[in-house]
Amino acid sequence: MSPRAVSEETLLEAVGDTSRRQVLDLLLAHGEITPTALAAELPFTRQAVAKHLAVLDRAGLVAGTRQGREVRYSVRPEHLDVAIRAMARVAARWDARLEAIKRISESRSVARKKKPV
Amino acid sequence: MVPSQIEKEILIDAPIDDVWRVLTEPEHIKQWFARECELDARAGRLTFESGQTYYLTVEAFEPPHRFAYRWLHEKGTTARPENSMLVEFTLQAEKGHTRLRVVESGFDQVDWSDETKAKYAEDHSQGWGVLIAHLRDYAPNAAR
Repeated sequence: MSPRAVSEETLLEAVGDTSRRQVLDLLLAHGEITPTALAAELPFTRQAVAKHLAVLDRAGLVAGTRQGREVRYSVRPEHLDVAIRAMARVAARWDARLEAIKRISESRSVARKKKPV
Repeated sequence: MVPSQIEKEILIDAPIDDVWRVLTEPEHIKQWFARECELDARAGRLTFESGQTYYLTVEAFEPPHRFAYRWLHEKGTTARPENSMLVEFTLQAEKGHTRLRVVESGFDQVDWSDETKAKYAEDHSQGWGVLIAHLRDYAPNAAR
């Protein structure tokens, strides 16, 4: 099966959004998952998750398989250019790390432990 | 075309010295970055949940404003643009808050094979999932 022709612009647009990278990350972590289960783990509505999945689907990055009444989605890594994939993951990791640094810095426990070095 | 660098920034409600410590002290780095960490003003080592260890060569250590390092080069090799990525943090005090900015660059200069790039992406994909799991655990404590 040959990958659909998808422009790099479409790909970058698809992975250039923090929320969509969160969706991709969960898909990678779960292997296969329904939009409802995704929405349960994300701070957005099921409709928002469905929109993100549609963008990712158009870019050829995810695929849905119908099982009974549900559609289960998974990542199609063969459609992710290695470099773009790496960039998307690196960018998402920095988002998560900066958020963690913020939480740690702002938490009381760190302030309480504050002492001269 | 793939962009050659990643730039991110965040505004933190904490004094610049606190953020500097969280950013550069191994005790804190273990909470937001790696499972194990050794770091001084010249070099460091990070081990992730996957068991993968990466080596850091510090390029700038200027408390509390600038911290930069090269990483991902092979153990025992000298860090160069062809074999490593450059990570630069800058901190700026803003009325009791701190603006933290990170730039990771060098994606366009590194001469890794596609195989190495793929491995890099795979290693990090694992680290990314684990990190998000940690964040979820950490958030309730931080909200208290």
